[in-house]
Amino acid sequence: MELICPAGTPSSLRTAVDAGADAVYCGFRNETNARNFPGLNFSPEELAEGVTYAHRRGAKVLVAINTFPRAGAIGLWHQAVDDAVKAGAAALILCDIGLMAYTAEHYPGTRLHVSVQAAAANVDAIRFYVERFNAKRVVLPRVLSVPEIAAITRGTACEVEVFVFGGLCVMAEGRCSLSSYATGLSPNMNGVCSPASHVAYEEQHGTITSRLGGFTINKFGSGEPAAYPTLCKGRFRTDLSTGYIFEDPVSLDAATLLPGLRDAGVTALKIEGRQRSRAYIENVVRSFREALSALDEGRPIPAGMLRPLSEGQSNTLGAYRKTWR
Amino acid sequence: MKLTLGPVLYNWEPSVWRDFYFRIADEAPVDIVCVGEVVCSKRLPFFQDLVPEVVERLAAAGKEVLLSSQALITLERERRQTASLAREADLLVEANDVTALAHLVGRPHAVGPYVNVYNESTLAWLAGNGARRVCLPPELPASSIAALAKACSDVQLEVWSFGRVPLAISARCYHARLHKLTKDNCQFVCGKDPDGLPTDTLDGQAFLSVNGVQTLSSTYANLIGSLPDLAAMGVAACRLSPQTCDMIAVAGAFRGVADGMLDPAEGQHALDLICAEASFSNGFFSGTAGAHHTAAAAV
Repeated sequence: MELICPAGTPSSLRTAVDAGADAVYCGFRNETNARNFPGLNFSPEELAEGVTYAHRRGAKVLVAINTFPRAGAIGLWHQAVDDAVKAGAAALILCDIGLMAYTAEHYPGTRLHVSVQAAAANVDAIRFYVERFNAKRVVLPRVLSVPEIAAITRGTACEVEVFVFGGLCVMAEGRCSLSSYATGLSPNMNGVCSPASHVAYEEQHGTITSRLGGFTINKFGSGEPAAYPTLCKGRFRTDLSTGYIFEDPVSLDAATLLPGLRDAGVTALKIEGRQRSRAYIENVVRSFREALSALDEGRPIPAGMLRPLSEGQSNTLGAYRKTWR
Repeated sequence: MKLTLGPVLYNWEPSVWRDFYFRIADEAPVDIVCVGEVVCSKRLPFFQDLVPEVVERLAAAGKEVLLSSQALITLERERRQTASLAREADLLVEANDVTALAHLVGRPHAVGPYVNVYNESTLAWLAGNGARRVCLPPELPASSIAALAKACSDVQLEVWSFGRVPLAISARCYHARLHKLTKDNCQFVCGKDPDGLPTDTLDGQAFLSVNGVQTLSSTYANLIGSLPDLAAMGVAACRLSPQTCDMIAVAGAFRGVADGMLDPAEGQHALDLICAEASFSNGFFSGTAGAHHTAAAAV
């Protein structure tokens, strides 16, 4: 299985490649990608340099252009496709039907990967992207169990990539407007979710309240670490109970599922976290590289190898375990 | 301006569901009516047998009937249902996922608000694929709606204009989770909340509404004040999404404003009385946070 690693900056691209990534994925420094955060991402020149660096070490660079182009401003997204192809991207990771049509028409020789933001969750949806736009790989949304993933790989010739580590979307990706409901900015349109620009913390009588766009997302007592107010991982109140209605503040760790994912016919494993530090990237990539080596050689995968990385957070297997639903 | 009644998104008692559509057929001044289960395939068996009589009653009343497909399809059973709906229906099918689009290639169909149509390029591609009507995603601002309407005259565009806004869909059922049940053994507890389960912030502010695997806004979208703007842009239809309030009266208010019999302020006043419990929003249309509401949405 290929190991696909995040590269938020040119230096983390080099770190991920050196730590054993088979491929890195990155985006341009604008709203054409879903990690449109200050201080992150690449200029076209930096991308070309990154491709050169990766190629010398036998790694590939995939470019995520995975937001939905704004009506009346598609030129920015077309430019991103043009620049990525010119820089030597091994594949483009796309979610918008119109942008896929543009890419398939203008660059039929460029590999097209269906982004997780397209939420292609079954073989009919995948077939649509393969037949219409010659998609070569699909990144599956985080809504499927391992047996369901196995059924998909049996039902399609398209390569399948799945997330194994990092931030976990609780909702089907690319189909969530929770962030823009509270802030006006969304993953689909702006490449951000629960943006820091709309976050506020307030301390009163020993209680810290975190807010997003003015809505209280969580409250923390003294001594309790105040987690970032990602909307779907906040505490809310209903008549039935108060708490983490949607999901606890956990991140995904499917390291223990690697044998099952291999047996399910998965082609590539993806690590989330383009916004993460180089030290984090190095640790996670190296750990997964070791785990994959162990898997290839029939050795047991070291248990808890990534525990120090989750930074006090708990981990989950998410939808890979059916009872999560 | 046409009015479309969207599909019922909640788990209503089958008899209530049927009687609702019968009353819509007999009394509501809407032109198009969507029927079908969009949110959770486990609900469908309860009312599936009632669909033919509901469709017949609506058609006899002169309504155009669309059959809506499910929004998130992961199970084999759901794939089969979607395939047979898309391939065998005599009526126009509204695709709410690419899964249904895969079966509708080259045939006239509608595209629902759960398919990501954000720009003119995607809209043109869908039109070429056979889309005749497209209900745009609710988070689109007026500027995008105007650009889309200008770019593509051969597709009837529709805008989410009334009712709680669908914000997210998940593999996880939050109703089951709140009742400490698993999705597979959910006991259909979402039926306890026919207008959604109110989900407030820890400060007691109304925020969201849980409907099984779907998360909606607490507020009802309400674009009645912007109907003249929508018409001027070239939007062909307004979508009214069923809530437990008097939808006949809601449709009447929209009809009145669309036809110039009521001015927008009078229409708004009528809605204030019809849905006295509801808070309204039009922030998505205004290009701000979706939860916001301004009396006359700035375009």
